[in-house]
Amino acid sequence: MTNFVWTVLPYLCLAVFVAGHVWRWRHDQFGWTTHTSQVLENRLLRLGSPLFHLGVLGVAGGHLMGLVVPASVTEKIGISEHAYHLIAVWGGTVTGLMLVTGLVLLIIRRMINGRVRRVTTGMDKVLYAALAGMALLGMIATVGVNLLGGGYDYRETVAVWFRGVFWFQPDAALMSGAPLVYQLHAIGGFLFLALWPFTRLVHVWSAPLAYLWRPYVVYRARRGPAPSPTASPNQVRDAAREPSVRR
Amino acid sequence: MRIRAQVAMVMNLDKCIGCHTCSVTCKQTWTNREGTEYVWFNNVETKPGIGYPKHYEDQDRWHGGWQLDEKGRLKLRSGGRVKRLSRLFVNPDLPSIDDYYEPAAFDKDILVNAPAGLKDTPVQQPHSALTGEPMALTWGANWEDSLGGAHEHATGDPNLAKMSAEAAERVKFEFEKTFLFHLPRICEHCLNPACVSACPSGAMYKREEDGIVLVDQDRCRGWRMCVSACPYKKVYVNHSTGKAEKCTLCFPRIEAGQPTICSETCVGRLRYLGIVFYDEDAVLAAASVTDEHDLLEAQRAVFLDPTDPAVQEAARAAGMPQEWLDAAERSPVWRLISEYKVALPLHPEYRTLPMVWYVPPLSPVLDAVGEAGRDDTDADDIFHTIRELRIPVEYLAELFTAGDVEATAGVLMKLAAMRSYMRARTLDGTVADDLLDGIGMTADQVEAMYRLLAIAKYDERYVIPVAYSKDAAALEAQATANQDCALDCEGGPGMTTQASAESFHLVEGEQVRPGRPGLFSRRADGRRGFTINPLRGGA
Repeated sequence: MTNFVWTVLPYLCLAVFVAGHVWRWRHDQFGWTTHTSQVLENRLLRLGSPLFHLGVLGVAGGHLMGLVVPASVTEKIGISEHAYHLIAVWGGTVTGLMLVTGLVLLIIRRMINGRVRRVTTGMDKVLYAALAGMALLGMIATVGVNLLGGGYDYRETVAVWFRGVFWFQPDAALMSGAPLVYQLHAIGGFLFLALWPFTRLVHVWSAPLAYLWRPYVVYRARRGPAPSPTASPNQVRDAAREPSVRR
Repeated sequence: MRIRAQVAMVMNLDKCIGCHTCSVTCKQTWTNREGTEYVWFNNVETKPGIGYPKHYEDQDRWHGGWQLDEKGRLKLRSGGRVKRLSRLFVNPDLPSIDDYYEPAAFDKDILVNAPAGLKDTPVQQPHSALTGEPMALTWGANWEDSLGGAHEHATGDPNLAKMSAEAAERVKFEFEKTFLFHLPRICEHCLNPACVSACPSGAMYKREEDGIVLVDQDRCRGWRMCVSACPYKKVYVNHSTGKAEKCTLCFPRIEAGQPTICSETCVGRLRYLGIVFYDEDAVLAAASVTDEHDLLEAQRAVFLDPTDPAVQEAARAAGMPQEWLDAAERSPVWRLISEYKVALPLHPEYRTLPMVWYVPPLSPVLDAVGEAGRDDTDADDIFHTIRELRIPVEYLAELFTAGDVEATAGVLMKLAAMRSYMRARTLDGTVADDLLDGIGMTADQVEAMYRLLAIAKYDERYVIPVAYSKDAAALEAQATANQDCALDCEGGPGMTTQASAESFHLVEGEQVRPGRPGLFSRRADGRRGFTINPLRGGA
């Protein structure tokens, strides 16, 4: 069981993540959108959406730093263990709180505003639940364990296992000793990746950075064959008036 | 010079009776779907009035269109590229649906299924199309029709704010006595479109061949920047699909050589459709003119004369077939804009170079002439009224010439002179040469203009060449040069596929399947997509 969870499940999830995106792109570019509801409700969104999105960007950056960059590297470039800990805990707490506050506002918005509630799909609800679950586990790990509790050095276990997944050498033993909340957050993270391509989260991959250097006005040639001319009403009328004399 | 063709429209506002037929047929054709209940690609406003969506002309609030920065460079009023991306998470300039109106639906079954012998008349209640809850109707796309409620709302008309204080005060003081006219509005299919320029994903584009501005539904990601960047507020969010939608200038019809549905069904026959040639390289300079009063002339100068042999040569070199050159020469739009110079662009100060122009209405002035106790058939009296009466002319100038009263007055005088000239000719049999001198037109021109404005038939009002594909035109030219078989001979490449308005499809090489329930449906390959098939339910 432990082997399955820590060595097989990540690959299943990543496979779904990749295949799911390919499938979605090929079959549903029409559904590939942020699905904005700002026209329907603006007041809560105005506060909630930037908080949530900026929080997410911070949290994503934190995960990148903690999971992808080995402790030896940060040490080499002159960041001591203590300094890293401070940055990670306080950075994680602040951006995490932004994320949670934004998410709570957005969920409240979905619930109390009838207009937005009507356009909320089942998949949206699954996504919000997943986001809330992941945020909760993450906040327990960051605030509960590392800020208020005794602390846990995930960079020696979780991060090593995580990188191992991408070298195709995941070490299950590293994870089985980790605290439960880290285990759940790691499993949840991979399951979340598997859910990703089927939700509106695909809009993340469409972040329009190309806008920064493309020309303002876009021209495109018409596609498809030229249509055949269609008779105007006058031509139809005139044709009816002159019974085929010419032929 | 880089020559391009543009399908453009002119509306003669004197003939608009405000019947909303264009709006209704447009809605039936394009926006009778879930998510677009509040969307009117074509709407008819009463002026003075705040419009649809409310106060859309107030660019201090919505930041639509373009402006010049301190160095005189053209930039989007809502900000540059970095600022736009920083506002992806929430767009502070986006109108809410309440600025349009909350769409309502009625349960008509209550009337149909009411049992016999009821004491009280059954009543159908409005229900919100957004929430399904019962609601009160308090606003709509034409709520101010014929100045309805003008005494409450119309003082907020952004055009009044720009008029001289005294004239604006008089308009506000006695709305129902001053003047009114109807203003039908569709997407302007601008030469310098702000919506296209603001689209972060590059999903919006201007078609090379005919200049129609469209949204690629597969590439739109719902960043909703186009909605706020358009100063005319003619791009909308479909809240059901989460994508932007806008007037398509009925391109499937235009491609087949037919007028748009709003033009086709226009009861007053006030719309003119045709192509104009323009120089793409001149667009930016024309939009960047410093003095707003010079914008009108600069925009006219972007157009190229289709009778000029050099222009014709350039058009052929650009791959346009001969039919397009012929159509450009016969274009009623070119004649009204550039030859007679009686058509004016809506709000040129937005610097988007709009391609739907308007012949301003003379009727508000004629009403004022009558009210002043003068003779509204006498050109001199009308001229004097135009000069003296500041209200209708100043207001029209805010709409069509960025506040340049002289330019608007000049057009109105042309219309008044034409009216008096034709009156003298028809009733008295005299030729009023003195009138012609005043407006700098020849007798032939005035009579041709009269014919075009008053009695032009279908084929004169709509001169639309059938769409071409560049490759086909080039091949055909080659074949003709070689004395070879034409493209459409038996087995030739021209015989392979034929599309028409009925079989139009966004993706080439696919069959339209009849009997599909809606506009957005499964394509043959299972993808969800945009299909148009008027032959619903069989055929």
